[in-house]
Amino acid sequence: MAEHVTSRKVYFLVFAALLALTLATVLVAEVDLGVFNDVAALTIAVTKALLVLLFFMHVRHSTRMTALTAVAGFFWLALLIGLTMADYASRGQILPYVAGK
Amino acid sequence: MNTTAAAPPVTTTAETAFRRPNYLNAAYGVRSWLLTRDHKRIAILYLISVTTFFAIGSLFALLIRLELLTPEGDLFQPDTYNRLFTMHGVVMVFFFLIPAIPAVLGNFLVPLMIGAKDLAFPKLNLASWYVYNLGGIFTLWAIIHGGVDTGWTFYTPFSTHYSNTYVIATALGIFINGFSTIFTGLNFIVTIHRMRAPGLTWFRLPLFIWATYATSVIIVLGTPVIAITLLLVAVEKTFHLGIFDPALGGDPVLFQHMFWFYSHPAVYIMILPAMGVESELIAAFARKRIVGYKVVAFASIAIAVLGFLVWGHHMFVAGESIYAATIFSVLSMLVAIPSAVKVFNWTATLYQGSISFQTPMLYALGFIGLFTLGGLTGVMVATLGFDVHVHDTYFVVAHFHYIMVGGTIMGYLGGLHYWWPKISGKLYPAFLSKLAALLVFVGFNLTFFPQFILGYLGMPRRYWSYPPEFQVLNVLSTAGASILGVGYLLPLCYFIWSMRYGKDSGDNPWGAVGLEWDTTSPPPTENFYTTPVVTHGPYEYNREEVHNRMSQEVTLG
Amino acid sequence: MASSPLVDPHATQAHHRALAHQFDSLDQQKESSTLGMWLFLVTEIMFFGGLFTAYVIYRTLYPQAFALASHTLNVPLGGANTAILIGSSLTMVLAIWAAQVNWRKGIALFLLATIALGATFLGIKSVEYREKFETHHVPGPSFHFVPESEHVKVTDPQLERHASIFFSLYFIMTGLHALHMIIGIGILAVLTVLAWKGKYDSEYHNPLEMTGLYWHFVDIVWIFLFPLLYLLGAHAR
Ligand SMILES: [Cu+2]
Repeated sequence: MAEHVTSRKVYFLVFAALLALTLATVLVAEVDLGVFNDVAALTIAVTKALLVLLFFMHVRHSTRMTALTAVAGFFWLALLIGLTMADYASRGQILPYVAGK
Repeated sequence: MNTTAAAPPVTTTAETAFRRPNYLNAAYGVRSWLLTRDHKRIAILYLISVTTFFAIGSLFALLIRLELLTPEGDLFQPDTYNRLFTMHGVVMVFFFLIPAIPAVLGNFLVPLMIGAKDLAFPKLNLASWYVYNLGGIFTLWAIIHGGVDTGWTFYTPFSTHYSNTYVIATALGIFINGFSTIFTGLNFIVTIHRMRAPGLTWFRLPLFIWATYATSVIIVLGTPVIAITLLLVAVEKTFHLGIFDPALGGDPVLFQHMFWFYSHPAVYIMILPAMGVESELIAAFARKRIVGYKVVAFASIAIAVLGFLVWGHHMFVAGESIYAATIFSVLSMLVAIPSAVKVFNWTATLYQGSISFQTPMLYALGFIGLFTLGGLTGVMVATLGFDVHVHDTYFVVAHFHYIMVGGTIMGYLGGLHYWWPKISGKLYPAFLSKLAALLVFVGFNLTFFPQFILGYLGMPRRYWSYPPEFQVLNVLSTAGASILGVGYLLPLCYFIWSMRYGKDSGDNPWGAVGLEWDTTSPPPTENFYTTPVVTHGPYEYNREEVHNRMSQEVTLG
Repeated sequence: MASSPLVDPHATQAHHRALAHQFDSLDQQKESSTLGMWLFLVTEIMFFGGLFTAYVIYRTLYPQAFALASHTLNVPLGGANTAILIGSSLTMVLAIWAAQVNWRKGIALFLLATIALGATFLGIKSVEYREKFETHHVPGPSFHFVPESEHVKVTDPQLERHASIFFSLYFIMTGLHALHMIIGIGILAVLTVLAWKGKYDSEYHNPLEMTGLYWHFVDIVWIFLFPLLYLLGAHAR
């Protein structure tokens, strides 16, 4: 079985990075940045998730099909959220000429 | 389709054929069935379960049509009527239409068609059947205790706050059933990716496999969303955690978004496998390769993907923003393109084909007409202005029955008739089966075409009484339903009859090509005596050796 | 489990003890179970995805109520739990490493550590839940929410109702996450026993890898839950 054995050092480095990012997200949240609080929180969360996916879940050394499956999952979630949001974001808005102005 | 699946010499005298080891006589007794891991036996188990639920759902349909025979609500209380149409929808959608073709025909055929010994996860496959029945028991429990009256759509806040019927038990039943569907879909995807016979490249796969694959993708991506949505309804009803509760600022339309994110693609879970069956039938009985094979294959994938982008067309009048509604309307019409491509390609395949009107072919031809009508009216209801007119009328009811009954059930029955010799090794009566196909076609149209007119004239769905001027059309509909019922009962009778008294079918009574026809009928437990090696594409009816073989085969009268 | 390739009693050929009859090789079996597991994880993404959708919609509709309600959650405990869960992911992946280098007892030890960290997470979670019950922040008849804010002095009934949606989502999301962890711990317990008996080695440790994928996925869910639930109201006053 051609299996890739990742060294322990890589795992510990990823672990340290994840802890650092956790600390970072807590600290950033304490500062009022307006909408950028959300941006920062999500960027850090996505980075952490990517680290787990690539290193702990071995997507880095997996087949293209595995990576595609994972991507499809997140893409479809984006569809669900995005198209639902399209409704809420545009609700109650009426063009001026429709409103008789 | 292949050249090297060496089976023992095909001897078709009844005696020897019946003694040949196959999956049916490999072991006897209830235990050998309930603990089986053979995909073919699990398909039979599913066939029994799915037929049972079809009978229950049909019974509700019968009662609905009886009530609607007269304008007055004279047979049932309005409450009872609400429960009848709800249970009809729940049982038919979740326990018949969605599992029917994948779990019965798909389970039986996927490994055979790709030259594998079994599905990738046989134990998961068996578990799927048990989970299906567990979900079914929950739902049956709810039915026996009085049923549900929310409609199969479980719209909030009625389902969460006002309905005092068995919403939770039914929702849990569907939740549990969702796992069985997921197990099946997941199993198919892995099997089709990893277990194909040597030489069986993607573009050598039968179109039924492509369709099943696309269906499985929808199942895996969509089913979890209905699971969480119904779980939220059950949680809201049980623990009063408000998610969709308008009194707390919750939005019932959000429920509809999440519900239809699955339930619209669910329509494609029902129709795509039927399209796959259709391709097999058309090729086999026109003796031709499907015109534009790759286009038809990719159309399945396109339908699976586009099908996820259109769910908002169920909420045009529910308070959805008009901008989102416009987007959903346009996207809905786009799905018509790959669907129409398929219809055109089947029709083109018939052109100059050597067509034989065997029973499965009758269903296949019926499918083309009925699906086309269902699809075209689908484009009509996807149009914003028209939908406002016919929303929640019998027009919509007629539309989706043309797809689900005219499409899915025609495909299912056509497939069962086509592969029955493969499944049982037996022949069913030719004349009776053709009569049944005719009854189904006539009965179906008589039942549902009047409903288009009723809906267009303004008869709303889900009411137990109606103005007297609608009676003629309703009587026609009920009369049609009775004919349809006979059309469904006949196959049940002669299939069972054929298992004991039917003539031995031989290995390949249709002279069809495809890996599943290269092994014996019924197939041995391991499917093939030696692993087949595939050297060319499907539906190659023009190859010389196929011609030679076909001329030797006995065709059915 | 989708993929537990237990020994097939019917296997008569000279197969590896773990090779199921429908497969031709251990490689094919491993590829199949990996793909199957990932497909299962996709269903999990969509399952939790429904909840995240509801969260995003209501968060957009009621930003103030969500921020104020979020502010009442215990960030130090949530943060500690995040670290603990990340640690459990590390021990999980080390268990697989131990298998790869054929250190059989190491597998069981790392699995035990994973179980211990997972249980600690659940313990802390239950402390938080108790806190919520005591402060009447559990939606239902006794729900009561007065925001700790300088701007909103009086009890705003509208705000209280919207906050109850936040807490409903909080309990359902973290509750389902905890349920997944309990299931994971159950599976890990079985694997620990099997690992201790020496069932896994460098040649065959597929169940460890599959369980690892599941465990890391549960970790990822929490990686998103933590900022979305705990941190969005950190500066709300
Ligand atoms: Cu739809």
